[in-house]
Amino acid sequence: MREIVIISGKGGTGKTSLTAAFAALAKNSVLCDADVDAADLHLLMQPEIMQRTDFMGGGIAKINPDLCTGCGTCLGLCRFGAITDRFEVDAIRCEGCGVCVDFCPEKAIDFPPQRCGEWYISDTRFGAMVHARLGIAEENSGKLVSLIRKEVRQLAEERGADLIITDGPPGIGCPVIASIGGATALVIAVEPTVSGIHDMERVIDLAAHFRVPGMVCINKWDLNPEMTEAIEQLATKHNVTVLGRVPFDPVFTHSMVQGKTLFEYGESTATQQLVRDVWAKIIHSPSMNPLGIVDFKTTIQ
Amino acid sequence: MIISVASGKGGTGKTTISTNMALALGNKVELLDCDVEEPNAHLFLKPVIERTEQMTTPVPLVDLDRCTFCRKCSSICRFNAITVVGSKVLVFPELCHSCGGCMVVCPEGAITETGRELGEVNFGTRNGIRFINGRMRVGEAMSPPLIKRVRSEADPGKVTIIDAPPGTSCPVIAAMNGTDFVLMVTEPTPFGLHDLKLAVEAVKLLGIPSGLVVNRSDIGDQEVFAYAKREQLPVLMTIPFERRIAEAYSRGRSIVEEFPGWKERFCELFHKIEAIIQERSTAVQCGK
Repeated sequence: MREIVIISGKGGTGKTSLTAAFAALAKNSVLCDADVDAADLHLLMQPEIMQRTDFMGGGIAKINPDLCTGCGTCLGLCRFGAITDRFEVDAIRCEGCGVCVDFCPEKAIDFPPQRCGEWYISDTRFGAMVHARLGIAEENSGKLVSLIRKEVRQLAEERGADLIITDGPPGIGCPVIASIGGATALVIAVEPTVSGIHDMERVIDLAAHFRVPGMVCINKWDLNPEMTEAIEQLATKHNVTVLGRVPFDPVFTHSMVQGKTLFEYGESTATQQLVRDVWAKIIHSPSMNPLGIVDFKTTIQ
Repeated sequence: MIISVASGKGGTGKTTISTNMALALGNKVELLDCDVEEPNAHLFLKPVIERTEQMTTPVPLVDLDRCTFCRKCSSICRFNAITVVGSKVLVFPELCHSCGGCMVVCPEGAITETGRELGEVNFGTRNGIRFINGRMRVGEAMSPPLIKRVRSEADPGKVTIIDAPPGTSCPVIAAMNGTDFVLMVTEPTPFGLHDLKLAVEAVKLLGIPSGLVVNRSDIGDQEVFAYAKREQLPVLMTIPFERRIAEAYSRGRSIVEEFPGWKERFCELFHKIEAIIQERSTAVQCGK
């Protein structure tokens, strides 16, 4: 089973638009939206949800006022400032460590598990898709990402698909770490801006820890041709394959407004051809060999 | 007064708005970059960094000479960060949430704390604008402790502008919670609107007044404006798409320094926010 994960470091560089375009070009693939925090891929895929499952996270402390004597033990132990002077728990601050629960002399604190979100198995016009929605202000996004990546792998096997295309989250924190471990290859979507190159470098450093092969696609390249060249040089230095340059083209926004991928909107354009070429380079790259054997010569350095 | 700048979706212009507002207002403000995973505000504000502090979070250190392998530490830990295997205690510092439970529960006093490196905090200034950012160590998973640390440095005597990370989960909450106003930045596209709705839900949960900046306001469609009207979310500023602004951004130039007339517009944005905060605090004082 091969899985490509599209990441970026910086948000808004075109991860989801590119993922959707790749989905339209791929054959025999399944999709995964690992940006569980602000998932957008479904807006282009219009999935029909076949199965819906609750995602349960850890517990949150809840003080029973009938049993609480106000001794202050919990207040002294909580390192997250989650217990008020009136012995109520601020659910937003509660880290779910349960220390107050275990040390309460009156056993007055409950620790009910929380429903932190839900995840879905869906059908789309481009094949099956696994996606999720993390509850507002919830933690455990890394756990949910790991869960849906495990589920999408299983689903791909059941459906006889040999490729998973995963839309990753921005940043370099826990959901990103959970998104890239075990991926066959990473596709990094970068924009040629001072922040784009800065964030790409951090995400490349992270990926180097995981010894995953990487490729980079420069989006909106014509906004700054010099920066585009600098990105290509930096990528090459880190053993990251340069896939190509996609211009700033309002067609991405226009197709998004209609809920379509780049390839379902309007006439065939030069941008479509460039994205087709990028996809061909991804799928024929040595790291994407059908046996799924990691070639360590191709990993990010 | 603390204003957080947030968005839900990434790449909508949070850093552009927070750095330009800071540059427009000058030395009465400070800018705290709380997007510690991918901090970018320094690339546009260009402060001189005067001081850097390393930040660590406490994780357990076990003294095996005192340990009796009673397993109380591993049973209290909800994060599977400490486990007893035969006559060994394994600590997984990257899983530890620093709650201190294992140290408190250990009957032998065998557990003390050492630090896990979270990243660094940088302090600087630019034209009298105080600047602080957090920079998470690459490979570290948890950003909220570093975000909280950056926020703890806020100077109550100044107007504090917080550049928040994208999303709606714990890192954003850590950046927005307890601020006086959330300025949301979006673009008028289906992705921008969808993630804005999630961000608005988060802000409602925290009970903070908010307003909207619509960036690249003439791309996409009108749905964001219809939504803002329905939600009574005031649109405080619109910035049309201009290729020269996008190109200036790509080179790390600010709008207020590059194009005339924008300094006044960002000052006006701030005055609108100030008026909303004042109106709200008057309403609270009158018990409305």
